[in-house]
Amino acid sequence: MDISLQEVEYRYAAGSPFEKKAVENVSFTVSSGECVAVIGHTGSGKSTILLHLNALLKPTSGSVVIGDRTVKAGRKEKDLKPIRQKVGIVFQFPEQQLFEETVLKDICYGPMNFGVSEEEAKCRAVYWIKQVGLSEEILQESPFDLSGGQMRRVAIAGVLAMEPEVLVLDEPTAGLDPRGRKEMMNMFFRLHKERKMTMILVTHSMEDAADYADKVVVLHKGKKVHEGTPRELFSDAERLSEWGLGVPEVVRFQRMLEAKAGRKLPGICLSIEELAASFSELSGGKAT
Amino acid sequence: MMEKMIFGRYIPADSIVHRMDPRAKLIFVFAFIAIIFLADNAWAYGIAAIYTLASIWMSGITVRFLISGLKPVMILIAFTFILQIFFAREGRVVLDLGFLTIYEEGIRQAFMISTRFLLLVFMTSLLTLTTTPISITDGLESLLNPLKKIKFPAHELALMMSIALRFIPTLMDETDKIMKAQMARGSDMSSGPLKDRIKAVVPLMIPLFVNAFKRAEDLATAMEVRGYRGGEGRTKYRLLNWHIRDTMALFTLIILAGILSWMRFWL
Repeated sequence: MDISLQEVEYRYAAGSPFEKKAVENVSFTVSSGECVAVIGHTGSGKSTILLHLNALLKPTSGSVVIGDRTVKAGRKEKDLKPIRQKVGIVFQFPEQQLFEETVLKDICYGPMNFGVSEEEAKCRAVYWIKQVGLSEEILQESPFDLSGGQMRRVAIAGVLAMEPEVLVLDEPTAGLDPRGRKEMMNMFFRLHKERKMTMILVTHSMEDAADYADKVVVLHKGKKVHEGTPRELFSDAERLSEWGLGVPEVVRFQRMLEAKAGRKLPGICLSIEELAASFSELSGGKAT
Repeated sequence: MMEKMIFGRYIPADSIVHRMDPRAKLIFVFAFIAIIFLADNAWAYGIAAIYTLASIWMSGITVRFLISGLKPVMILIAFTFILQIFFAREGRVVLDLGFLTIYEEGIRQAFMISTRFLLLVFMTSLLTLTTTPISITDGLESLLNPLKKIKFPAHELALMMSIALRFIPTLMDETDKIMKAQMARGSDMSSGPLKDRIKAVVPLMIPLFVNAFKRAEDLATAMEVRGYRGGEGRTKYRLLNWHIRDTMALFTLIILAGILSWMRFWL
């Protein structure tokens, strides 16, 4: 399912003295099966854009096309549930949305809201709790007795159990330890690859954008300032710093290495392996 | 919807009303609430209304903005107006529709009570619109200070108030956030039968409470870590200064009270 934003503008508290323009003239398309990263500095309008992706916010001007539905400014929309089933959002700190007595009930909440039967929802809960790396026993516990990291996984399982076609992730790894971070991102990436799930990743992390995204959209002060492949984006460190962003660690390391060696590699490398290969090629296979 | 509400909100500006001492403003508003009840005829209300409008004008806030921001309160006032019109049964009959009759006294009462209500709402909103929550609590604490002699917990009360005020926007944001998260999971809070809608509130309230308690605990820890031990011997960073304008404001209020009681008791 494709999602396409067309000249989206959103003002908070429109028509009051507190009116504030959050995003302006943002257009981009996320095609089915793609992984798109949306990056930007704090306050760049990332979160506002995210809310448009399943019609939680309606643009004050412009339109959003989600599959076969169009959400247009100034038009009343009815029955948005089908959109929300197809586009699942994992919000920042999703553990804050847990409320049920048991983990099982909490995971079933989403699917059952969309008309999935109780048995089916329970099956999904059992399946997804394992997918996020927890054991089945945890299903009977209260979500409030779990650790922060476990709660995060349960909340994510709750969204995944809705089995959306498009998964939107807002800083899914914020506040996790490095290992949890890696596991979590790999799990999402596996879903993306195996299930051809369309993924939209809203993130601060240049590493995540470099590692996983097919396309990167950069927002700066509510406007889209760049759209392209990560490779293209991260080769221009100067422009990135203008937007308050940096380059991934690997690229910084590569630049340092180049400065030390006094020679330039043909292009930027987005992973350690790529960098090693490229560097050994340059030095005629001598470096290891 | 909530973004438009101005009830209890502060609008930064630099007017004579903004610069007034919060203590003076608090005394002023409470005294005004008492004084307005002295008015008992249209002329008296007229004078009180002019007085209120003049205060609003001095604060630099437009009446139009006040009215648009206080819409929910306006609905309430309209409601009391209608109630009054139909329920007073004194005086000449003005309109007889068979199933309901409207009396002269009813119209009089309706106008007076809704005007009183409106003026009260305007004045109290003026206080919160022109005074930061923190200076309101400072003012309140300082006004209640003499009561400390009879062991009245003035400092604690002021602290409680400032914490409560401080967390209103935080809780509002959080409500919004959790509501959106649950809506993304297919919860529907704005349509369907009433029973379902009430049920849909549970997934909102529980996370909200859990987070509020967690935050309260964190705050208590943070205060303890920084050596908070109550108001004993605590000095203030923001000092309150009583100016001539504060005395003048209260003086005009005394004049208003004089005029209104003259109209009520001697005229």
